[in-house]
Amino acid sequence: MRLQAQNAQLAYDTRVIAEDLSLSIPDGKVSVLIGPNGCGKSTALRALARLLPPRTGQVVLDGKSIQKTPTREVARLLAILPQVLTAPEGITIEDLVCFGRHPHRSSLKVPSEADREAVEWAMEVTGVAEMRHAHVDQLSGGQRQRVWIALCLAQETDIILLDEPTTYLDVAYQLEVLDLLADLNRDHGTTIAMVLHDFNMAAEYADHIFVMHAGALVAEGTPFEVLTPELIHHVFGVESRVVDHPVSGKPLCIPVRQERVARPAPGRRGAKATAGAT
Amino acid sequence: MTVNVAMGRPVRRTAVAARRPWILVGSLLALAVVCTLVSLTIGATRIPFSDVLAALSGQRTTDGAEVVLDFQLPRVLLCWVVGIGLAVSGGVMQGVVRNPLAAPDIIGVTKGAGFAGMLLVLTLPGASVALVPLAAFAGGVVGAGLVYLFAYRRGVSPVRLALVGIAVSATFEAGIRYLLVKYPLDVNASLIWLTGSLFGRSMDTVWMALPWIAVLVPAVLVMAHRLDVLGLGDDLATGLGEPVERTRRNLLLLGVALASVCVAVAGTITFVGLIAPHIARRLVGGRHVVLLSAAAMIGVLLMLLADTVGRGIAAPLEIPAGVVTAVIGGPYFLYLLVKLGK
Repeated sequence: MRLQAQNAQLAYDTRVIAEDLSLSIPDGKVSVLIGPNGCGKSTALRALARLLPPRTGQVVLDGKSIQKTPTREVARLLAILPQVLTAPEGITIEDLVCFGRHPHRSSLKVPSEADREAVEWAMEVTGVAEMRHAHVDQLSGGQRQRVWIALCLAQETDIILLDEPTTYLDVAYQLEVLDLLADLNRDHGTTIAMVLHDFNMAAEYADHIFVMHAGALVAEGTPFEVLTPELIHHVFGVESRVVDHPVSGKPLCIPVRQERVARPAPGRRGAKATAGAT
Repeated sequence: MTVNVAMGRPVRRTAVAARRPWILVGSLLALAVVCTLVSLTIGATRIPFSDVLAALSGQRTTDGAEVVLDFQLPRVLLCWVVGIGLAVSGGVMQGVVRNPLAAPDIIGVTKGAGFAGMLLVLTLPGASVALVPLAAFAGGVVGAGLVYLFAYRRGVSPVRLALVGIAVSATFEAGIRYLLVKYPLDVNASLIWLTGSLFGRSMDTVWMALPWIAVLVPAVLVMAHRLDVLGLGDDLATGLGEPVERTRRNLLLLGVALASVCVAVAGTITFVGLIAPHIARRLVGGRHVVLLSAAAMIGVLLMLLADTVGRGIAAPLEIPAGVVTAVIGGPYFLYLLVKLGK
């Protein structure tokens, strides 16, 4: 495992988010970090991407402490797509994707053949090559997210970390973005690790799920191992039923309304409530 | 320190400027050269253009040519040096702080540098004039440091930056005035430090500033693509392998140094560093290598305008260039504040 957090204490200023976090991102797989708001999943991802130095403990990339490795060198091995992204005004898709070559280029040199090829490939894979001269501010949410992912791909790293890449996207765009990442993993063996909000999306796309709760890793494993009603109750505080996804066969968690849990006995709308609980 | 107000606004641009920004920069350069030639003919008296050409080809045959070489030429050359220095400094600061109101005069550099430069000249009369830019730089760093210290609250909001900057600048300005009272100087020197003026400057002054500008401006341009990367936000910039804090510090120091050199030779000229990058951004967009080049040319044009108007409008009286830039810059600054408030 190339990327690991080892006994990391993570904190912003004086607020400790995670006391003692250890996790290893499996190589060549799609991993997803899930957990309720404020559980520290984004913080953990930021630490893995060397954006947040651990107070104690360390994050290790290829056997070396990531904080002690020059940031440029890390950028050739690992790409990070933060949650909040702002494109420079009036920039074209191609110019934005070219930023992905930053870690490979020195100050005064013109783009090399390898740079051009990488940018071309990144735009092809993400399907934005045809509209390369379009301005980024004119794109829809899903298209824009694909451009940002193209930027990360142009970095040509084996590992890509993404912080909630589907937030604020319509469901069609969510699937589009996650399918793109799944294809990348399948076709190029890219290690993907991302934070997702929706545990059903996580179940559908992840090979490996990390569940975090109150700054600690409480479970990890395949979606089948991890997503159980007990764990969902413990971590998210809701009752749920876990059924098989009718198409993919992956676990599908259906949360149950508090009201139905508190009053399981059939009332006036008894027939309906019973149907919902089975 | 991320604030994305007003700079993220979509800007309408002419087709030429968007596709071929260097053509626009070249046009600005040509315009600046023309304005320079025109400016050389305007002094206490009108100088025939033929005398200007004669002087530029090195002939001191006429009185007009004498005036051009001894009085006019140093002034317009200083307009170039100071215009480029202030504009590039402002462009760097706006890019680094990601704040549309960042500029050397707003963040306390100008008055801080002015105070320190003056302190050196007055308290150590024996010191070499070559030390003035260094003293100004020290003052500029202190001024910027103070403003940053008081304005920083998990980021720097534009209006807070402006308010703190005005307070710190006013304090330094009071210091400058105190020094003027304590050590009475000739009117010329007072004008230079108080309002910024190019009156009575000689080629010595040009030679004092030119090496600094010739080194610092290329250094900034080499780092211009890093400014672009910083514009993507701290997290993504780090992810792309940019040592964000170090780059930001180095660029800010370059910006402070540029502004300080300008203050050391021309006094506290305000608003050029604020306005020039704004105009440039509207013309050529946000890519910093083009933006800074365009801003530099606009800075030169603003300085030439201010200096020429200042000495031509009520000749033989001299209105300091800094007064003219303030007359243009004050309303523009208000306009920016109003726009930010929306």
